[in-house]
Amino acid sequence: MDNSVDLMRRRSLLLGGLAVAGSTAVLATSAAGQSMQGHDMASMSDPEELPADPYAAPGAHEGGHGQMTTVGTVDHQQNGFDPTAMLTEWDVGTVSTMDDGRTLRTFEVEAIDKEIEIAPGVVFPAWTFNGRVPGPALRAKEGERLRIVFRNYGSHPHSMHFHGIHSWRMDGVPGSGLINPGEEFVYEFDAKPFGCHLYHCHAFPLKRHMHKGMYGAFVIDPDPDLHPEYADVARSRLLGTPENARWQELVMVMNAFDTNFDNENEFYAVNTIANAYSQKPIRIEKSRPVRIYLVNATEFDPINSFHLHANFFNYFDTGTTLTPTLRTVDLIMQCQAQRGILEFNYADHEAGMYMFHGHQSEFTELGWMGMFDIVEA
Amino acid sequence: MTELAPSSNASSGLRRFLWLLAPLLVLAIAIAWIAAADPLRSFNNGAPPVETITFERTVLNDGGIRVQIRAGGSEDMTVAQVQVDDAYWNFSMAPAGPLARGSTAWIDIPYPWVLGEAHRVKLVTNTGTTFEHEIAVAVPTPVATQGQLVQQAIVGAIVGILPVAIGLMFYPAMRNVGTSGMGFVLALTVGLLAFLLVDMTFEALELAAESAPLFQGPAMVILAALATFLILMGISRRGGRPEGLALAFYIAFGIGLHNFGEGLAIGAAFATGSAGLGTFLVLGFAIHNVTEGIGIAAPIVRQKPHLWAFVALTLVAGAPAVLGMWIGSLAYGTQWSALALGVGAGAILQVMVEVTAFFLRGSGRQRQSWLSPPVLSGFLTGVAFMYVTAAVIKV
Repeated sequence: MDNSVDLMRRRSLLLGGLAVAGSTAVLATSAAGQSMQGHDMASMSDPEELPADPYAAPGAHEGGHGQMTTVGTVDHQQNGFDPTAMLTEWDVGTVSTMDDGRTLRTFEVEAIDKEIEIAPGVVFPAWTFNGRVPGPALRAKEGERLRIVFRNYGSHPHSMHFHGIHSWRMDGVPGSGLINPGEEFVYEFDAKPFGCHLYHCHAFPLKRHMHKGMYGAFVIDPDPDLHPEYADVARSRLLGTPENARWQELVMVMNAFDTNFDNENEFYAVNTIANAYSQKPIRIEKSRPVRIYLVNATEFDPINSFHLHANFFNYFDTGTTLTPTLRTVDLIMQCQAQRGILEFNYADHEAGMYMFHGHQSEFTELGWMGMFDIVEA
Repeated sequence: MTELAPSSNASSGLRRFLWLLAPLLVLAIAIAWIAAADPLRSFNNGAPPVETITFERTVLNDGGIRVQIRAGGSEDMTVAQVQVDDAYWNFSMAPAGPLARGSTAWIDIPYPWVLGEAHRVKLVTNTGTTFEHEIAVAVPTPVATQGQLVQQAIVGAIVGILPVAIGLMFYPAMRNVGTSGMGFVLALTVGLLAFLLVDMTFEALELAAESAPLFQGPAMVILAALATFLILMGISRRGGRPEGLALAFYIAFGIGLHNFGEGLAIGAAFATGSAGLGTFLVLGFAIHNVTEGIGIAAPIVRQKPHLWAFVALTLVAGAPAVLGMWIGSLAYGTQWSALALGVGAGAILQVMVEVTAFFLRGSGRQRQSWLSPPVLSGFLTGVAFMYVTAAVIKV
């Protein structure tokens, strides 16, 4: 007879019951409900000393996320990669000239099993390229010959499957560059088409190899000589040119982690570390334009998105065009493995903190949220 | 066999010894089974380390959500992050740091929960394992203010003391019943006790299933019941077989433990907000429990106890409901409720045995069969009445 009470979840009965018990008056004083709690303004002066009032609007010192955040800090040193540094880290390989005069660009990538801290205190048994998740952001120039020396030091067969144009023999699927632990394979192809691409392991089961961390950005800059009608635009995209140096380029790989292996993600992020950029905002100089190479490597969820606060941007889907495929938007969607380039600036904005996040609220609240710290410069 | 015959002292002693040996043997087997079986249920995937977290208490107040957890890992466990409703939330933990197997900690989450709505708390450990706790209906957890305690005592009195008192008021009417009527009333008592035994046992096992695995809930309940049964049998048989007022007090004690469990459940329902404690429900409890008073009165219909005895019987049987309300509303771990109910089940079993023995001794003198129509109908009426009135309070 007693346990029946536990099973009762009907709120109509609940309200009646509380009235019968005569405790309504007592409970009402502490019931927060949907109404705002009146709070003592004096307490605002010393917020650190007092326990947080969950019903009070967070102050500016709480960094835009308020109480909605992971707790603690990640040991980036131990991980061997830092999400802030990762934003601007490009692996350009080593360059040589072939007999026919073309440029040969060689990358070296190793598959390594590695435990990484994806959120404060949460260790994930990752499969990595070069010990980091996402793997190195490879960058080349349109038309170059690319050679990627891939060695598998992991515990499972792996491959590098590039989204690009190449022979079937270089595709990184079973039978063409999917190698066993201890083996080596050299992928070789021309860098085309220009754009914002990705590579990932194509071993099966695919979902597992993906969400364990085997993916990375693969950017091919346009060759201005091949696009005379938009040579200026192409030059601004080509790493190493003065035109490109003006831009503040960031590479962001949207990813997520299923830490309990139930095919649903527990943590969402850009560049692996949940809440990394909300706890340490990305410094942006307002006088210089911003270009984001955005890649969606999220597993399990079909779609991820990018929403920019208080600003709009131009979008180049897959980055394979020199004119925007979408103009003046503040939100884009990407399905799994979709990617593109975002261009915007804060030239006319007031300096301060500007938020960006995936606009699936669930992803936002599970770590995929960050801040741009716009500074006068 | 006559209890007082000196010639049968030796055989009687042997019989008593055997009486005690049989349940002890069962107890030993149960203990061996516990030792052999893995008490950690979650040990089913071979992935080291095994981690278990049980949510024992949930407190909702102005400061947000507080949960008390108990770790049951094969190694020390660390809570790394806390989600509420699929959002990572700021939290603090006391004591901070890794949790040893069996230890508890409070987690404070300044989360703006919404009155009357559901919330889910999910803990992520350092290995990425998650543990979820549902708050089915969020209401402020009662605090032990004087006013609150008084109001809970009133509800406790309505479901505990009042019905027992009403049941005892049948006493004058019961005094005039004949042999058949007496058989009916005693059988009715055994019937209602049988219902309480079954009901309490299942409820205890249900609560045990919710408690931390290291308590080995089901075994704890069964062993607690067996131990209580043995202890009470041992005590009650020291001065001969209990009859009359003594038996009435044993019944009152057993029913008191049952009402304590009932109070715990109602109080816990208050605390968790899952209480659908409508007027009809409280009345249902009251009607349901009236039979308890009749049962207590049954052994004393041939006696003339003082009025104080009736008061004492009422309080022994009914007052624990008030105590249960108070303790239950403070949202203690379910294992304690399961243990209390297990003890209660043992006590009920003991009075079932004693009332049956009392009846058989009486019927021996009066040639009334256990299967005679008045007795059988009494037993079935007791069970049926409890079953039907219980339907009102089951939702």
